[in-house]
Amino acid sequence: MARITLDRLAHAYKPDPQGPQDYALKEIHHVWDQGGAYALLGPSGCGKTTLLNIISGLVRPTRGRILFDDRDVTDLATEERNIAQVFQFPVVYDTMTVRENLAFPLKNRRVPRETVARRVEEIARMLDLMRVLDRKARNLTADMKQKISLGRGLVRPDVAAILFDEPLTVIDPQLKWQLRSTLKELHRALDLTMIYVTHDQTEALTFADKVVVMHDGAVVQTGTPEELFVRPAHTFVGHFIGSPGMNVLPCRVEGRTAYVEGQAIVLDRAYPALPQNRRIELGIRPEFAKLAASGGLPVRVRRIDDIGRARIARVDMAGRALAASVPESMDAVGEEATLVVDPRHIHIYADGHLVAGEGAR
Amino acid sequence: MIKPLDNRAWFLVLPVFAVVAFSAVLPLMTVVNYSVQDTFGNNQFFWNGVGWFQDLLDPSKELGGRFFEALWRNLLFSAIILAIQIPLGIVVALSMPREGWTVALCLVLMALPLLIPWNVVGTIWQVFARGDIGLLGWAVNRTGIDYNYTGDSLDAWITIVVMDVWHWTSLVALLCYAGLKSIPDAYYQAARIDGASRWAVFRTIQLPKMRRVLLIAVLLRFMDSFMIYTEPFVLTGGGPGNATTFLSIDLVKLALGQFDLGKAAAMSIVYNLIILAVCWVFYTVMTNVDADERRAEA
Repeated sequence: MARITLDRLAHAYKPDPQGPQDYALKEIHHVWDQGGAYALLGPSGCGKTTLLNIISGLVRPTRGRILFDDRDVTDLATEERNIAQVFQFPVVYDTMTVRENLAFPLKNRRVPRETVARRVEEIARMLDLMRVLDRKARNLTADMKQKISLGRGLVRPDVAAILFDEPLTVIDPQLKWQLRSTLKELHRALDLTMIYVTHDQTEALTFADKVVVMHDGAVVQTGTPEELFVRPAHTFVGHFIGSPGMNVLPCRVEGRTAYVEGQAIVLDRAYPALPQNRRIELGIRPEFAKLAASGGLPVRVRRIDDIGRARIARVDMAGRALAASVPESMDAVGEEATLVVDPRHIHIYADGHLVAGEGAR
Repeated sequence: MIKPLDNRAWFLVLPVFAVVAFSAVLPLMTVVNYSVQDTFGNNQFFWNGVGWFQDLLDPSKELGGRFFEALWRNLLFSAIILAIQIPLGIVVALSMPREGWTVALCLVLMALPLLIPWNVVGTIWQVFARGDIGLLGWAVNRTGIDYNYTGDSLDAWITIVVMDVWHWTSLVALLCYAGLKSIPDAYYQAARIDGASRWAVFRTIQLPKMRRVLLIAVLLRFMDSFMIYTEPFVLTGGGPGNATTFLSIDLVKLALGQFDLGKAAAMSIVYNLIILAVCWVFYTVMTNVDADERRAEA
């Protein structure tokens, strides 16, 4: 049980890093609260796994410290930290039975035999592995094997946090839901810190109370799923979360009006402190840009995508492509239509980063 | 996809069948032919039935005696070779680097002995182990140990065993190395998190993953050491006395030295059958392991 603090952590795989481009993981300062369910979300190669391996101690960071509560564990070996990790591909010890697999971490730590037997039974019951306890681990399905990997972590009574490195990659879709809800239940029952690495936004948003979005070796936003949706702190977060992602359009801001290719859009806030000589962009989620027959910004409709629960219109506004939602009341959509945007959900970005505006009307 | 069944396709196999018949089956049949006949020269043969085979398989007969002696000698040799090369190969593979430029260097160095022809290996060691001009023989003698592989049976055995270890351990090591390389890093990481000792990692991860390549290594090294001919022939010629006369060497002595074609043919056939039987056992074991693994993956 611990709070995990990443204190100005950075990592480069090259031995002698010069500039920020040499760092696989740029400086990061973050606190994982005891008992939280976190997701580490980002595309492949953004440094998520590096960060995870630093926490578990498989990789030593180039700079910075890791604290478990107030204890500095930066130089402690993996086996001396109370960390469990579940990998992308199930790792089981082929020659052993499920029972022996679960007992393995305790046996290595010379825990008395009776304690081992009791813990193994407990964990097996929790993970619904009782039926297969005496079968060889290698003959089981991938989701069972992932449960065994998880069980090997949970079996240690002192475990502080469980790290998941895209654990559902090789699991069949129907079983993914089951396993994910097992994880949620465990999280509630055991009061453990869980950190879940994934590039799948659905997995992240359904699993975690807090999502940490990473991009290009840096953390771009930390927040609840709702915060990420309503107020993306970076255009990348806007793009990456939501389907389709946020519309991002280059613009010019004057007072409470933004101009996209000469088309004026009314804003809710003013941006007097907007930095000069930066790339200024306007972001609006398709959910807050609704198609209407009249009364909005003139657009040309290119096509309508039916994505099941909603219809998404692909439109051109002043030569820029946008996604917008189509209200259910609107049946026939002609080529000419207008776009009604909600000014409260328009965000302004400078070089990709959110700029806070002043004074809601 | 529909696969039409047409027995005329067998005609396509005919050319291969003809070649194999001409190059393997017919020569083998002449051996079978010799094994059931006897001759007093002058190219006149007469029927001897299973006489040669009875002699060969009866240890009290002269022929049977020397056959079983050579057979036990050869089995002992194979056992020693396996007992040394398999563990040594594993140890070498485990200590090879996993990445970096040294990998290529190691692989080339390891492959070198495998590229040397058998009789050259024999010649190298024949010179190397000589007491007068050979570096090894001279050095051993200088330490006060009386070493002479041409006169002492034990010395001859040691020399042949060391030579074979030098020549073939890299094969086992390279096979094991390939097996080790196929283990994903996650296994080692999981083992570290589980607090496994070095020995536990070897027992629970590396050895099980090497099982298949080890089976192949054992098969290759057994067959090769069981059929060994050139290297000991060049090194010791089967001596001193008959101390290093393995089956192949004895067979050549019998067939070409004494020109006892009937006895040699019978011995060839039994020798061949032993090898086939061993191959069959290995094949069965390996396919069972494979089937087991496939079941595991399903």
